[in-house]
Amino acid sequence: MSDNDQAGAEPVARYGPLEAGQVIDGFRLEEHLHQGGMANLWRVTHPDHALPMIMKVPRIKGGEDPATIVGFEVEQMILPILRGAHVPQFIAKGDFTARPYIVMEHLDGPSLRPRLDHAPLPVDEVVSVGARVATALHDLHRQHLVHLDVKPSNIMFRPDGTAVMVDFGLSRHDHLPDLLDEEFTLPMGTGPYMSPEQIQFVRDEPRSDLFALGVMLYYMLTGKRPFGQPDTVRGLRERLYREPVPPRALRPDCPPWLQEIILRCLEVDPEKRHDTAAMLAFDLTHPEQVALTARATRMQTSGRIDTFRRWFAAVGNEPKERGNASSSIAQHTIVMAAVDVAGATPGLMEALRETLQRSLQNERSARLACVTVMKTKRIGLDELTDKAGESVHVKLLVQLKHWARPLVQALQLDDPARGAGVTYQVLEAPDPANAIVEFARRNAVDHIVMGARSSSAMRRFLGSVSARVVAESDCSVTVVRDMAGRGTQ
Amino acid sequence: MKLALITDIHANREAFEACLDEAQRQGADRYAFLGDFVGYGADPAWVVDRVRALVAEGAIAVRGNHDEAVVRGVRESMNSDAQHVVEWTRSQLDDGQLDFLSRLPYAMERYNSLFVHANAYAPQAWEYVTGRSEAVHSLHATTAPYTFAGHVHEPQLYNLSGLGKIADFTPTPGIAIPVPTHRQWFVLPGSAGQPRDGNPAACWALFEPERSLLTFHRVPYDIDAAANKIFAAGLPPRLGERLKEGL
Repeated sequence: MSDNDQAGAEPVARYGPLEAGQVIDGFRLEEHLHQGGMANLWRVTHPDHALPMIMKVPRIKGGEDPATIVGFEVEQMILPILRGAHVPQFIAKGDFTARPYIVMEHLDGPSLRPRLDHAPLPVDEVVSVGARVATALHDLHRQHLVHLDVKPSNIMFRPDGTAVMVDFGLSRHDHLPDLLDEEFTLPMGTGPYMSPEQIQFVRDEPRSDLFALGVMLYYMLTGKRPFGQPDTVRGLRERLYREPVPPRALRPDCPPWLQEIILRCLEVDPEKRHDTAAMLAFDLTHPEQVALTARATRMQTSGRIDTFRRWFAAVGNEPKERGNASSSIAQHTIVMAAVDVAGATPGLMEALRETLQRSLQNERSARLACVTVMKTKRIGLDELTDKAGESVHVKLLVQLKHWARPLVQALQLDDPARGAGVTYQVLEAPDPANAIVEFARRNAVDHIVMGARSSSAMRRFLGSVSARVVAESDCSVTVVRDMAGRGTQ
Repeated sequence: MKLALITDIHANREAFEACLDEAQRQGADRYAFLGDFVGYGADPAWVVDRVRALVAEGAIAVRGNHDEAVVRGVRESMNSDAQHVVEWTRSQLDDGQLDFLSRLPYAMERYNSLFVHANAYAPQAWEYVTGRSEAVHSLHATTAPYTFAGHVHEPQLYNLSGLGKIADFTPTPGIAIPVPTHRQWFVLPGSAGQPRDGNPAACWALFEPERSLLTFHRVPYDIDAAANKIFAAGLPPRLGERLKEGL
């Protein structure tokens, strides 16, 4: 999509065709992998780099779509400052005044795209892909980036299953100038996946990526696109008022909780979607904790009058000015309360509640994940399933909810308007510190609040769980002590 | 090469020193000063001497409207506060310092860049680049890929694409922004001596042409000391107060 009247990027028309064996800035072109609409991909080697690498070279000829060029510039600008497992590692780039290219880590294997030819896919697979992609998106959002082109061909996987997002040609980074913002008069994105606000030229809403992911999950689950494949702006705008057919009408074995999650992703108003990708990932991995609303059981779209009402509301409804990619993440944190309900003193339990209340009352849309650990033996895992194990598990869960109750009431965490504001988990593990750290990592927890053992003698014998969590965890940790009765001795 | 851009120092010694120290710490090996060395603040002589010494070592310096006003003396068109500041500033400068200011050029071209106080289209008319249309006007008036300007005290970055579209951007301090030469860039580092974007920390920027990277910076300085000197000099107290707010 482009302004045709302005096309014609002649300064870059002079590059000759590439050939295997050619060396560009030390990178030797080994094999032509792919010719896409926007770029050529070459497998390359370099004496200084052992990593498998590809070189992406934009397809630029005179009169070509300027979106190709600007998109490539955007990717050249953004990829070098992204880090971590959810993006391909950046190696080098070539200037537009010489020969433009990007060299990056070569991820083996196909994208998610070919898998869609087999849709509808098993529910478990849809959920697993959804959770992994949501985790990847949260990591990008934390790095101040909105991807804005989430779709199967832009998703790859590492051998361990970690999702990797590729192609940042339409992305927007909070800390860099947005080269696409002013350049084009048509919405930028991929038709079937574009969020309603993207169609209205909003480019700084991280929840646009959740909408696109919702479209993808819907398609994987049902084999149908929720809003078809429109090729006009008018067709794109239909999603502002026309509801998708509920997945369960097309796929009767879709569990209600999954329909709840997908339809929430597809909400027109980003405020009604999950607050963050981390919360979406959390829901996908904890189905029993998903708060079900009317979305979960819907079997048909609204009637014509309702659709007309939605259309009427959509007309002239321009999106609100908002903050940026990371500001909404900062407001929508996940706080984990790790409570030893079986072992902690009443004073410590109260101190934990007080600390949490202080930290949560200023964050109206934070989620509280209450967790306790049921210690199991390192061997003999089958014992977990026996009667005694189960009753201990249930007992701990009851105690955990009882502990949280005053906090939940004071902060109205169970108010349905907040979504799932509070969740409860009993983790069964031989090593509590490890279980807490792992839970926090898997669920993108922002802040762990936990107690310290009260007696120093106990700490000496048993070791300090909190000290290990502080040392090993990726996120912030607050260690709470019961200060009562600690006067001078 | 690492070029430190410092502008609108406005006789604020504390802010200027903080910028120079920080620039040095970050490896700056060249300096460009984009005018308005004097006016508002209480240390015009010290600031002019420091700039003059750096210019003798190869630094770039261009003339600002305040520098020109002090050289030319009070005009009828100035409001009474401005007249007072200009008169006071003149009284603080010796002939050598005034001579240095009077010889400053309106614009300089070096390092594939244009250095100017206000804009490229009419540097001596002192029109402000406060929006996209003025930025386009200025970028059309030069072939240099980079224009570095002062006059506007809030940091801002404009770019003009190969397709002729202008975009603006409010920079985040400390983030290196790629500024490739196939676009044109209009860079406002923001004022060192009198920031006005609500953040009282002094503004400066670092440009690395070989890497096509530009980083806007903020550095805290002893605002109370700078403000107290303004009060002690009998300059309008508002000029000291506003430093604390950064407005």
